[in-house]
Amino acid sequence: MELVPKIETVGLNLYYGDFLALKGINMKIPGQNITAIVGPSGCGKSTLLRCFNRMNDLIEHTKVEGKIVIDGLNILEPDTDLISLRKKVGMVFQRPNVFDLSIYNNLKFGLRIHRMLDGKDEIIQSIRGGLEQVGLWQELKDKLGNNARTLMLEQQQRLCIARVLILKPDIILLDEPCSALDPIATLRIEELLQALKQEYTLVIVTHNMQQAARASDYTGFMYLGELVEFGQTNQVFTNPKQELTENYISGHFG
Amino acid sequence: MNAAKLRQQIAFIVLGVVTLFVIAPILLTIFYVTKNGIGAISWEFITQPPRNGMRQGGIFPAIVGTILLVVGTMLFSLPLGVLSAIYLVEYARDNFFTRLVKLSVVNLSGIPSIVYGLFGFTMFVLFLRLGTSILAGSLTLAIMSLPVIITATKEALESVPVSFREISLSLGATKWQTVRHCVLPYAVPGILTGTVLSLGRAAGETAPILFTVAAFYLPRLPRSLFDQVMALPYHLYVISTQVPNMPAELSFATGFVLIALVFLMNLASIILRAHYRKKRLW
Repeated sequence: MELVPKIETVGLNLYYGDFLALKGINMKIPGQNITAIVGPSGCGKSTLLRCFNRMNDLIEHTKVEGKIVIDGLNILEPDTDLISLRKKVGMVFQRPNVFDLSIYNNLKFGLRIHRMLDGKDEIIQSIRGGLEQVGLWQELKDKLGNNARTLMLEQQQRLCIARVLILKPDIILLDEPCSALDPIATLRIEELLQALKQEYTLVIVTHNMQQAARASDYTGFMYLGELVEFGQTNQVFTNPKQELTENYISGHFG
Repeated sequence: MNAAKLRQQIAFIVLGVVTLFVIAPILLTIFYVTKNGIGAISWEFITQPPRNGMRQGGIFPAIVGTILLVVGTMLFSLPLGVLSAIYLVEYARDNFFTRLVKLSVVNLSGIPSIVYGLFGFTMFVLFLRLGTSILAGSLTLAIMSLPVIITATKEALESVPVSFREISLSLGATKWQTVRHCVLPYAVPGILTGTVLSLGRAAGETAPILFTVAAFYLPRLPRSLFDQVMALPYHLYVISTQVPNMPAELSFATGFVLIALVFLMNLASIILRAHYRKKRLW
């Protein structure tokens, strides 16, 4: 029995001006799993990720064709409500991008813009919930007034994840979330992702093959704007169907 | 010493000397004006109207006039300039209209100030029937200040990293929420600098106010926005060239007050900037 995909792309093409950056991507991302997208630099993996919350809209002269269906809705329709889409599909960036504000205000930002503020107690409750989910509450509960930039990088990245979780998303997109972190912090973030997949659908872009092998359930391999192979991580890594995939994961290029 | 090190030494000295040449005129001007004018500065000079064909008394109406004009200019040009810069940087797509606007801003800054004066006279004084008034003068000076404010604001906004906007938008914020909370607070110091620079220029310009607001001799203070006022730069021109047997000391003292006024404005902006850095909105 095939799972109903959480995210499905159908014939997805993306142009930067005249340059075709994504070529006919067909992909079914299952829910409540971690899906890794791997491939060499410039293969379009981040571009693909940024399609799922329409962040590519910010770049001028991009054109998208095809369909991206999330929970049965094509989010490429022009009348898509980007605000609720981005609330539902959260994003964590490469650099821990905390605001130059207190920890408290970093987390309050999302609540504030989505008018989810109902009294001080509820704010504290949501903030506590978010920080507990990323394992920061015990460390930070007495320092909520401190500037978030004073935290260690790993804590900052956790805070960024909490900032997304607090808005109660379904899907979390992670764009090389560990590339600024040391190996131990990386492992701890991966543990966190494993815990989060019970409730959320996670899509992670990474250039780190070991990370994809360790931390994901499904893997998509991209090359020059095409999705070369997509399948269960085990299968892609141990028994790839395409020669190109095999060459890449065995380290022949990339 | 080898050749590269020697050349390095020479470059260092040449650059240092050139820099000195840049500072020298400023310091000399301030020194000269202060030395020749400070003797005439007194409480009476800055609080009394001119007397005896402007050869005696003070320059109080001109100080008040200049302050009113600067405030009026700011009220018109700051919102207009900042909002249009926000539109250009954050909202406008790259198309023919946007390019036309950007080109106009650049060209606006190249227009000689006397042309602004003529424009203000025909547009505000005659066509809109504001008369020679504080309102007409402020509007004229505001148009003159716009390009500098727009350019400074544009640069300040563009220097805020794209990633700041990305986080905010990725969390589902609207464009305006993003600009308001994640971009503007970081651009305020740059905007302040540009604004104060342009207001300093507005305070010192004679040509744009010549036909639109400045009074030759008007010892009483204005009662409404439709009154004329005296203004420091025009007063300086008048007493330096139009009044026979004028003590030169008074001209320099007037110049000194004008410089001091602009300096105070700069100081205020520095304090405001420091304050803003310490206390972000949220």
